[in-house]
Amino acid sequence: MDKSSHALQREEEVKTVELDARRFHYRELNERIKSLINSGYEEIILNGVNGQRYIGDGLVHKVRIVINGVPGNDLGVFMDGPFIMVNDNAQDGVGNTMNSGMIVVRGHAGDVIGYGMRGGKIFIRDDVGYRTGIHMKSYRDQVPVIVVGGSAGDFLGEYMAGGIIVVLGVGVNSGKIVGHYTGTGMHGGVIYLADSIDQSRLGNEVRIFLVNDDDVRRLEALISEFSRLTGLDVSGIDPESFIKLLPASHRPYGNMYVY
Amino acid sequence: MPDRFLPSEFIVNVDHQRCRRCKRCILNCGFGVFDFQNMTTADSSKCVACHRCVVFCPEEAITITRNPLAYREHASWDVELRKAIWKQAQNSGMILTGMGNDKPWLNIFDHLLIDACQVTNPSIDPLREPMELRTYLGRKPDRLEVKLDSEGKIVLENPLENNIMINVPIIFSGMSYGSISLNAQRAIAIAAERLGTLMNTGEGGLHEELYPYADHIIVQCASGRFGVHSKYLNAGVAVEIKIGQGAKPGIGGHLPGEKIGREVSGTRMIPQGTDALSPAPHHDIYSIEDLRQLIYALKEATGYKPVSVKIATVHNVAAIASGIARAGADMIYLDGFRGGTGASPAVVRDHVGIPIEIAIAVVDEQLRNEGIRNMVSIIAAGGIRSSADVVKAIALGADAVAIGTAALIAMGCRLCQKCYTGNCSWGIATQRPELTSRLDPDWGAERLVNLVNSWSLEVKEVLGALGINAIESLRGNRDRLRSLGLDPATNEVLGVKPVGK
Ligand code: SF4
Ligand code: SF4
Repeated sequence: MDKSSHALQREEEVKTVELDARRFHYRELNERIKSLINSGYEEIILNGVNGQRYIGDGLVHKVRIVINGVPGNDLGVFMDGPFIMVNDNAQDGVGNTMNSGMIVVRGHAGDVIGYGMRGGKIFIRDDVGYRTGIHMKSYRDQVPVIVVGGSAGDFLGEYMAGGIIVVLGVGVNSGKIVGHYTGTGMHGGVIYLADSIDQSRLGNEVRIFLVNDDDVRRLEALISEFSRLTGLDVSGIDPESFIKLLPASHRPYGNMYVY
Repeated sequence: MPDRFLPSEFIVNVDHQRCRRCKRCILNCGFGVFDFQNMTTADSSKCVACHRCVVFCPEEAITITRNPLAYREHASWDVELRKAIWKQAQNSGMILTGMGNDKPWLNIFDHLLIDACQVTNPSIDPLREPMELRTYLGRKPDRLEVKLDSEGKIVLENPLENNIMINVPIIFSGMSYGSISLNAQRAIAIAAERLGTLMNTGEGGLHEELYPYADHIIVQCASGRFGVHSKYLNAGVAVEIKIGQGAKPGIGGHLPGEKIGREVSGTRMIPQGTDALSPAPHHDIYSIEDLRQLIYALKEATGYKPVSVKIATVHNVAAIASGIARAGADMIYLDGFRGGTGASPAVVRDHVGIPIEIAIAVVDEQLRNEGIRNMVSIIAAGGIRSSADVVKAIALGADAVAIGTAALIAMGCRLCQKCYTGNCSWGIATQRPELTSRLDPDWGAERLVNLVNSWSLEVKEVLGALGINAIESLRGNRDRLRSLGLDPATNEVLGVKPVGK
């Protein structure tokens, strides 16, 4: 079962608490979040968040955190379970080295999203910056997923070892859906792009393919979940027209050495 | 052209008069040198001089010699250089090697001499008086503020940061599961526990079986983030951000898929058989500010356990170390250019970085000059070969040292430098079950404990001769060192006077 959807599936009777985050330095805010979780709250609504870092850092609890305001860097770093909803933009390092759970950002996000991510989902409604999904990897039944509603900057999926990245490119000029060096050093996983791109934007280690029926089914499911959670209108998107990037080799650096 | 363009490096000689055909050598050689056809035969071309067969032959029938083949001398074209060219002319690629720098660079430790007391200041007899080797790793306060409580007792006003107590100023360096076997890691963990010191997971995650030793383990967070998750980060006593490694400064690591079996895959949390590629930098760290961000991400995740930052010693190591201290690290782990590795391109291992002796001296000096030496503990590694090196490293300014290669040698390693092949006959740098099973963790642990205890005795003896009764008083005490045969510029960098001065 996908661990990330637990918080959503809970019907009602969620023990909720609201917290005004304005007064708190991140250290204090995160301590409060932990103590609220320990006293049994299942949903924590943080109001007035303004750049506090590390929200959700290392949390292993099945908790839902709603963030009103812009959280600081490393949102959900080392996170292993929670569901985080951001009703605004997010900054750098969203879902850094995340193990499971879900982060939804109803806005833009900065650089280095989902670095080294091993499981769970990150949905960014608008654009993301550089270095998204670097060294994502899958492990056993954990398949990390990043879906971006707008465009992604350079180095998307660099060194990618597993997992799924989808870029929908809503409102993005043709050919600009991703930046340069996309998939450099990629040796596992898959990247889906809603728009075709020039070969010059790709790293040497990836190849372009057409999507097949399985891909389309997978995309349909992800896009509808994405739309439901982020509120993005995806009516103009046709999964059948996506392109798919796969690594040319699972061992791109296997022949670099002599003994 | 014959396949074997390069002559064998070593010649394996089996004395057939003595050989009783027990075939132990066939079983023991990890490199498949021996075969049996009516009698024991040996393919010398595969031999790496690891001595496993020699040690296990009950009749001492095996000798390994260097191939005496003459090469025309040439002072500029060293034979090793010629061999490298032959190899690379045959198959294109970087030459891979294992273990630490084997080039005859000047070894500064061997040019430093330790002082002793005579007449005017009494030495201390460590047999008669207590000698303190206990060391605390972590951030020390800028000052202590005390007040009297209501009962008139003196109490501390400013809280102390978490520190880790080690009984000896020697810890084990990071060697990952994957680069070494689980049995080797087990041996190190058992030894660390018995000695009251620390081991380090390296970047390969922490195997379930080692969790019981967690009070003696530093867990590493490297660029590939292998096996890094909340439980892992919280398991150890500290977390180490591995930026670089002395044997391969500035480059990433490639653990080939062949070494990622079921167990290694479980610990690294990557699929079996896939290459484990560690990017050269952490892609979330492009600046000191980014480093600070990760340091505090780790502190937040672990309830503010100490964080160590490991770097390879490079040219401007002092400025980097200052940045690391100011970024909030509690320890700086300096890995000198002689540090070992499971695999590194030879060009990097042998030519990149600077000696640990210089790095300790300049980092200690810089942090003192900036008034921030108390903010971090310095752990020195990469070329610590003996108790004398331990004393010299601490006198130059380290708080403690870490040993990797020395620990492996204690467990049988012969420095054959073939760790990257995964065929280690000693069951250390291998994941082949028939090889790893031969390394008994308890046997290994006992040898490690013996080694560290021996060095501790020697360190105490030297401290006594110096008239010092606590290792703390030796730290940064460069006045008790003199150099012999170093140039004036190096003396100045080291902050050490020449002998006679
Ligand atoms: S065991 Fe080692 S020394 Fe003996 S033949 Fe094999 S490689 Fe050579
Ligand atoms: S660990 Fe094994 S392979 Fe590596 S140098 Fe030592 S004996 Fe050789």
